Parts: sequence; C-alpha cells; structure tokens
Amino acid sequence: MIYFDNNATTALHPDVLKAMLPFLTSQQGNPASNHTFGRKAHTAIEEAREKVAVSVNAHASQVIFTSSGTESNNTIINGIAKAYPDSHFGFSAIEHPCVSEPIKSLASQGFKVSEIPVDSNGIFNVSDISDKMKQSLTFLSVMMANNETGVIQNIQEIADWARENKIQFHTDAVQALGKIKVDFEALDIDAMTISSHKIYGPQGIAALILNKKIDLFPYMQGGGQEKGLRSGTENIAAIIGFGKACERSNQNRVVFKENINFLRSTLEKSLVNLGAVIFCEKSHRLSNTTFFSFKNVDGSTLLTALDRKGFAIASGSACSSNSTEPSHVLLSMGIDLDLAQGALRVSLGVESTKNEINDFIDTLKDEVNRLKQLTAVAA
Amino acid sequence: MKNKSYDMPIYMDYSATTPVDPRVAEKMIPYITEDFGNPASRSHPYGWTAEKAVEDARKEVALLVNADPREIIWTSGATESNNLAIKGASNFYSKKGKHIITLATEHKAVIDAVRECERIGYEATYMEPEPNGLLDIEKFKSTIRPDTVLVSVMLVNNEIGVIQDITTIGNICRKNNIIFHVDAAQATGKVKIDLALLPVDLMSFSAHKTYGPKGVGALYVRRKPRIRIEPQMHGGGHERGMRSGTLATHQIVGMGEAFKIAREEMDEENNRIKNLQAKLLKGLTEIDETYVNGDIDKRVPHNLNISFNYVEGESLIMAIKGIAVSSGSACTSASLEPSYVLRALGRSDELAHSSIRFSIGRFTTESDVEFTIALLKEKIDKLRDLSPLWEMFQDGVDLEKVEWAEH
Repeated sequence: MIYFDNNATTALHPDVLKAMLPFLTSQQGNPASNHTFGRKAHTAIEEAREKVAVSVNAHASQVIFTSSGTESNNTIINGIAKAYPDSHFGFSAIEHPCVSEPIKSLASQGFKVSEIPVDSNGIFNVSDISDKMKQSLTFLSVMMANNETGVIQNIQEIADWARENKIQFHTDAVQALGKIKVDFEALDIDAMTISSHKIYGPQGIAALILNKKIDLFPYMQGGGQEKGLRSGTENIAAIIGFGKACERSNQNRVVFKENINFLRSTLEKSLVNLGAVIFCEKSHRLSNTTFFSFKNVDGSTLLTALDRKGFAIASGSACSSNSTEPSHVLLSMGIDLDLAQGALRVSLGVESTKNEINDFIDTLKDEVNRLKQLTAVAA
Repeated sequence: MKNKSYDMPIYMDYSATTPVDPRVAEKMIPYITEDFGNPASRSHPYGWTAEKAVEDARKEVALLVNADPREIIWTSGATESNNLAIKGASNFYSKKGKHIITLATEHKAVIDAVRECERIGYEATYMEPEPNGLLDIEKFKSTIRPDTVLVSVMLVNNEIGVIQDITTIGNICRKNNIIFHVDAAQATGKVKIDLALLPVDLMSFSAHKTYGPKGVGALYVRRKPRIRIEPQMHGGGHERGMRSGTLATHQIVGMGEAFKIAREEMDEENNRIKNLQAKLLKGLTEIDETYVNGDIDKRVPHNLNISFNYVEGESLIMAIKGIAVSSGSACTSASLEPSYVLRALGRSDELAHSSIRFSIGRFTTESDVEFTIALLKEKIDKLRDLSPLWEMFQDGVDLEKVEWAEH
C-alpha cells in the first residue's frame, strides 16, 4: 500500500517514536506532582515546549498544549467570545470545520458572524472586504495553507491589515507547519494553531500559540495547567513526541521544497495529459498537495479503484470524507458542482519517492482509461 | 514500580497517575508506527484499520462498566469529560432550571466547571460532606430544588478514597428528574461499575489513573433514556457530533487495553492491594497522634490519607523524599494551600497541612510498604523531637487554650 494521504495524518517518524518510548513505559509521573517523578515529567515538558516554540519562532511562554488542532481552534474562538462579548467574528469561506463550526455556533448566542469569500483561485483578498465590514469586524481567522487545495495565503499581508484595523487575528497553520516557513514573531499576530500528527508526530497533541496581549478565557476548567488556559493532566509522551517532530520540521521543509515539489510536478503533468482539472493550479500552493477532478470520470469510483490497486488517497478532507457532500472549499471558489463532486486529493509526504509516483501515474492512466470506456459504453 | 533506579523514590502516588502497564504500551506501539491512519479517513485501509482499533477499544471501555459501546465518547481526559458533561448537560436542559448541586470535595475539574456555569447565570450549591467524607443523603434531599437541573458527585474521591453511595443519590435524582453526572476517574479498576444497574446519566473516565496513557479519557452518555449534551468543541463532527477532533488512535487503543486488563484482573488485584493497605494502616497508626482522613470502610483499598499531628507539613514532605507521595491532589499540590478536601471534612489547617496521601497500586510490593512504615516512624520521631508543640502536648498542655503572642 502506498500512502498519499499525508494531509489527513502522517506516519510517526522513528526518531519521534524513540523520544516518546521512555515516557510511555518507565518514566511515568504526573507533571503536577511535587516529587521526583513529577518534576522529571515537568522538566521534559518544558524542554518540548521550547522545541515547539523554536519551530515557529515564538517564545516558549506563548505555547499552550491542547489535545488537537480542533481544540486549539475552539479554545481561541470560544475564549475570545467569552472574554470579549461584543466580538464580531470573521472567517474565510475555506476554513476547516473546526474553525467555521465553532464560529457559526456563536451566531446562535447572539454574536455577529461573517463568512468572507475567497476568489476563484482560492485566495483571500483583504481588498475585497467592504469598509463597513472592516469597521465592524473584531476577530478574523484565515488559515495559512488549505488542507484540500494546498493554497497558501498571503498571511503576512492579511496580518498587517488586521493589525492596522485593530482586528484580532488568528491563523490555522496546521497544514503549513513543516512544509513552509512559519514565523509567529514576524507575523506579529494574536494566535496561531499547529498540530503534531500532520508533521510526523503523534495524534492527540497540538498547540495554540498565543500572544499574551490577548485576554483569553479558558475553554476547560480544572487543575489550572497551562497557565490556567488548558486544564487537564498533560499528555506527556505525546508532548515529547510533538517536541521532537517540531525539531525535525525544518529539515522536512527542505525536502518538501526540493524533492517533493519535483515529484508533484511530474504527477501534475500526467494528470493534465489525462484531461484532469487541477484546482488552484496557478496559485501558490503547498508543494505536496494536488487536488484534481476528471470531467468524465466518477470520483468515488476512481478512488475505490485506486484503493484496490494499493494507493491510499482522499476525496477532500478526512473528517468529512464519510459524507458525500462536495468540498465546501471548491464550491466557495465557484467550481461547478459536478466537478467538485468528483474531486480527489493526493498529498505526498517527506518519504514519498519517484518510484511511488511513477507507479501511481501508470495505475491512474489504466484506471482512468478503463472508467472512461465504461462511461462511454453506458452512454 | 519497575525500573527502579538509585535516585528515584518509591512510587506511592498512584492516585496522581499510574505507570502505563507494559502490556498496554506494547499494544499501543503498532498504532503509532505501521497502523498510523486517521480513523476518519474512509477511502483506504489505513483509515479502516485505525477505525476498527478505535471501535474495539470502545467495546473494552464499555465492557468494564457494562455499557453499550455507543454510549462511550472519547475525550482527551477526565478534565474534558467533566467539562463536557457539566456544561453540555446543564446547557442542554437549562429550560428545567439553572441550579446545580455538587460536593465541595469534588475534583477541581468539576468544581471549576460548575463555577463557570455560575459565571453564565447558573446557581450552584457545593455541599459539605460529613466528617467521614461521605454525603448525607437526607441533607442532599433537602438541597434539591424544583429548578435543580444537574447533580455531579464523584464515585471515588481522589484525595481520601471514599466511595459515595451513587445508587441512592442517582435514584433520588431520577425521582426528581435531575441529570446525574458521576466523575469515575479514580474508580475504574478499583470498584465494580455496572451502568446497566446504576441510575447514572453521565460518567467520566480517565486512562492514566488505570495504567493507561495520559491524554485520553471518555464520557459515558446514557442512551436509554437518552441523555443529550450540547457539544463544547465544534468541527469535523466526530463522536456523533458530541466531540470533534481527530481521534488519537494509539492512545485510545491504550485506554481500551488498560480497561480490559482492569476488567480481567480487578478482583485478584484488589485483594492483594487490600492486604497491603491493611499492613500500611497498621504500621502507620502505631505512630501516636495520627488521624485517618475519610471513612475507613467505604473506601478503595488503594488509598490511605493520614494526618500526622504535631509535625509541620512541609518539613515532613522534605523528610520523606525516599517515597513519592502527595500532600493534596497533584493538580493543586504545587501550591502550599492546605487541601480544600480535608478542610471540607472539618480538619484544622494544621492537620490538613500535615496530611499525606499514600496511594498504592499494581506494582507496589510488600517491601515498599515496609520501607514506607519504617521511614515515616523514623522521620516523625525526629521531627517531633525538634517540635516545641509536641513537647507541650506531652506535658499535657491543651494547645487549643494557649494564647499565642503576636509577632
């Protein structure tokens, strides 16, 4: 089986596993306990926090560990809503549901909520925001790189615009970390979400990077861990793994920029030759992601056929791929319903090889041609 | 504990966290290496394998507490389960009323979640338990109001190990149409839990108190009669919409295996630990002026909480570095405040300050217990030799009546 679904989750890197193992087996202690076991656990967590901070150029004190990207996003959104009851929340139309859903749920509590469209290339433009909206908005969330199309937003420009207009700004950088440069200090924003299992770390751990000028209300109450912002016994083995994965993320970036970018170009040339439409082809994108569709081939049939031949790819984002709804990202870009319905995503990983890509292209050719013939016969 | 090294003390703090059972760790590792898929990926075997592992683990958790697997919702730990249950249910049923009853001796995660409800307009009653740590049922009945929407009472207390009468409390809640939440983080593998019989609507579980990994827990949400909660985390709609977020497969697998072991070995293990507890109790109460906190019979065998009178709390902790124990609950032991749980039992600040929680478990040995008794005897003798209060007490001075000069 060849795994081309790295935007859904990644395989743990052996170095990460090695770092985690002692904390899964012998070295146990509750980091809050005031004895040798507890203190060792506490020290290990602080070292991991430093590594996470360094990987995004933030200060360790700005790193709050959570259980997932979803929790980080819910924490910032609900925390802002509780601390600033007059908030007006804006979010781009292509946000992951773990940003858009918590914001939409605030509408029923009486908050002002605005979904802001992107252009046909999947790009969020601050120049498209009306003056009226600009004056009313108090919080804006725009993801750094999209999980489906891979489109990278001009996040520095959006951040600067938000700061000038005194709008609190959050970016979901879950898909960006480890693939492109993420610099919290240079961005000079209020909050950012990153996650471990998209960068060859374990599932069940993520972080919210928070600028201290934000007065956040905690999402969960309890023992007061993470400076009171996230109660609950720390998931120590996973935190250690996340730290190690972050430490490795810089070297991954080089691999993505060179090798993986090349592999993707090879793949996309073949796709175009086969008649596929590649979404956001001309936009600045993550070098590992290809989101495409064939006009005359049913997407879900092709997905199943490829799976049978040993290739794991996806139809849109993992957490909504059990539904047959077309990608909300594509619809918001104005893509035809038919084309959107058949969209498939290949997301490569640092370990992806030229041979794998060539095998995939060969299989894809066979399957696409076979399905096209079937369709022609049926018609 | 295994892998004892020279500089590590003997671990007597199983209520703070337990070591991961090696069998659990072994079961987890394949799911962080080859079977690493996202359980929500529906288009390839990586996802299916992960999903199957998650569902198998869900069955194991359900089996330990005799529930339907569909009643188990994964969370990141008992803190999240408690927050989700308390805020989620009180919000959903707020039409019934906005009064919540809980105990003053609950874990911080319950107390503070209820406080958060107060902040948004609910009223709360924090009931004081009896001096033995147990809830008085008659007092509880008289606390109930027509607008009481939720009651939250923990099954086993984390500091003093007492077991509340959940059946009686639950039946009263049923009669009054009140949602009943139980924090069972300290109870799994220690007491039998049968949710087919218990009148409980919501129950919180934790993996790392039962030899599973940290960072994973579960919330039981009853289906018959169906209990509804308002989700606190929104996103991809995982866990039937009640709790979004990518599931951490290996951790969930770890929790499943830990709960399976608990189910299979609980009876035998508890007998062994009961003997250790009896030995520890006998040894420590040979020391003069010691007080056991919490009812000694309605209590799990894993816990002993003892106040040593006429010893200064901090010096005591410093003197017994050879064992890892806790002087309050772990989450708050970084502060030097006396335990709010012991104060709620009516213990004086002095006694609360000089209390130690000994919590034992799967890897505690006879010799660990013997070492602990000998260490406590030696150090308390030494500390009392230095204590003017101890001298006065032995001379028969009633310390309550002494008028201390102001500094």
